[in-house]
Amino acid sequence: STFSAQLSFALAAMDYEVGLLDIDICGPSIPKMLGLEGQGIHKSNLGWSPVYADSNLGVISIGSMLSNPDQAIIWRGARKTELIKGFLKEVYWEELDFLVVDTPPGTSDEQISIAQFLKEAGINGAIIVTTPQQVSLIDVRKGVNFCKTVGIEVLGVVENMSRLYQPLTDAKFVRPAGTGEHIDVTEWALQYISERAPDLLGLMACSEVFDCSGGGASKMCQEMGVPFLGKVPLDPQLCKAAEQGRSCFEDQNCLVSARALKSIIENLIPRIVGEDGA
Amino acid sequence: MESGGDGDIPENANEHCPGPQSESAGKSDACEGCPNQQICATAPKGPDSDLIPIAERMATVKHKILVLSGKGGVGKSTFSAQLSFALAAMDYQVGLLDIDICGPSIPKMLGLEGQEIHQSNLGWSPVYVESNLGVMSIGFMLPNPDDAVIWRGPRKNGLIKQFLKDVYWGELDFLVVDAPPGTSDEHISIVQCLQATGIDGAIIVTTPQQVSLIDVRKEVSFCKKVGIKVLGVVENMSGLCQQLADVKFLKPSETGKHTDVTDWALQYIRDQAPELLNMMAYSEVFDSSGGGALKMCHEMGVPFLGKVPLDPQLCKAAEEGRSCFEDQTCQVSASALKSIVENLIPKRTAENGA
Repeated sequence: STFSAQLSFALAAMDYEVGLLDIDICGPSIPKMLGLEGQGIHKSNLGWSPVYADSNLGVISIGSMLSNPDQAIIWRGARKTELIKGFLKEVYWEELDFLVVDTPPGTSDEQISIAQFLKEAGINGAIIVTTPQQVSLIDVRKGVNFCKTVGIEVLGVVENMSRLYQPLTDAKFVRPAGTGEHIDVTEWALQYISERAPDLLGLMACSEVFDCSGGGASKMCQEMGVPFLGKVPLDPQLCKAAEQGRSCFEDQNCLVSARALKSIIENLIPRIVGEDGA
Repeated sequence: MESGGDGDIPENANEHCPGPQSESAGKSDACEGCPNQQICATAPKGPDSDLIPIAERMATVKHKILVLSGKGGVGKSTFSAQLSFALAAMDYQVGLLDIDICGPSIPKMLGLEGQEIHQSNLGWSPVYVESNLGVMSIGFMLPNPDDAVIWRGPRKNGLIKQFLKDVYWGELDFLVVDAPPGTSDEHISIVQCLQATGIDGAIIVTTPQQVSLIDVRKEVSFCKKVGIKVLGVVENMSGLCQQLADVKFLKPSETGKHTDVTDWALQYIRDQAPELLNMMAYSEVFDSSGGGALKMCHEMGVPFLGKVPLDPQLCKAAEEGRSCFEDQTCQVSASALKSIVENLIPKRTAENGA
């Protein structure tokens, strides 16, 4: 959902008319990620109106229809399918260059339904998001096979949370206390570094959280014959932007992740619209 | 918009809807043209006769625990697997039931990839990791692990029922049920099937992110609505703690390219600032300034079970299907998990005298 949101922000910033449709009925994250919490959907004689994050970026989600955000949506597949159909029949999107559809994890009712409902209208393709973990890649393979089975082109795979990158000065330093607890020694450590090893202060620290020695998503894409779109690092600043419903591209702090996302999106668009940008 | 149970009149039903559980559901005149007509006509009505064989199988199971999450990728299956390893190491008889039909992770996490389910005259046999730890998952039934399971709800429900009716678990102290994220078919079905024989409670796994916590609140609401006790919430990926020697150091440049200067940096540290090597670097990846899961638990009146840090060694153990408790390198995460499990179990055994 973070990727769907940032992709939508990026497309809107390129002056495209963008619609973002959230079909995760049980766990709708999109309103929060676009800064639209608390906003409701309005009806007009043309149909349901998307909630606009920008004049050219409209959003539809069940999240915008709940009076209480803590309310659980305990619906079986058939009822979820009915709502998805409603979104497609009743929402007045106007002229759109892109409709981005954010789905929940899995290959069940939501995915089957959206593929069936949009088949006639045509789906340009699917982007699959993963982390480097093997358990995640196993399910990406299933996702690729789902696309093949229902006849949707795989536009490519994005590997998120590739590595943790941050300025060394953003890290905390802790010392084990012997009791199993840790003592925060950050102030002391930064002072120590400033005095004894100042050249460290400008450096970035990089940690591999999820073991990539299996080759990660890149290798899996080669094996399955689908495009690898790129890696996005774990960036606490990107997480913050997502939580606050902001575009990472307008945030000076999101350097590493914004650059990675920008590169992925710039590779992606020609595949969808063609080289002439139509 | 209300979240109705299965007996309620659906919002999009025709006027004079007889109700989905009625004998005339889907067949009465009032049902003509209703979007739910076909579903209602074909769905079973009345008390579910499958509950009887399920009750027989569950008669030898002392405690049942559901592991839930609102979001995917928060480490729920990792937690279910490590909880099962921990319980088995305490000499309990453990069953681990994977009801994530589309994305079954449990076989890999228990080191059981490639194994198959065998049938005996007693029923389907779980796949055993240890003599006291048996596992059931659709993962064992796929001829090709890359095969997508493209099933709608009713078919998934059918398999979950079969897992409960046909699997011979034997005498179990604990049945741990690993669910997929959400509050849909799988969750409704497992509750409907097991409620009569008693569900001890649910553990909800989350990360500190606000979007994850929003969905935890929904999971707590789900539990309250269906009458399941929330045993507590586990906050995964709390922070990343590592030895400085395990960190790579990069020098940013004007062009945006980074140069790997790790070798130089570590030598520099050894020469100029050796005390740093006794320190660990701690990074909070997911901003928890909102109070994280602990604060949310206070607000919702549910127990907070503890935090588990992001530990590359735990990820490795999970990928390789190993218990983190037997792995010297999983120090930080294993001690956190151990503490959570030890808090959890006295609640179950003391209260039930088992």
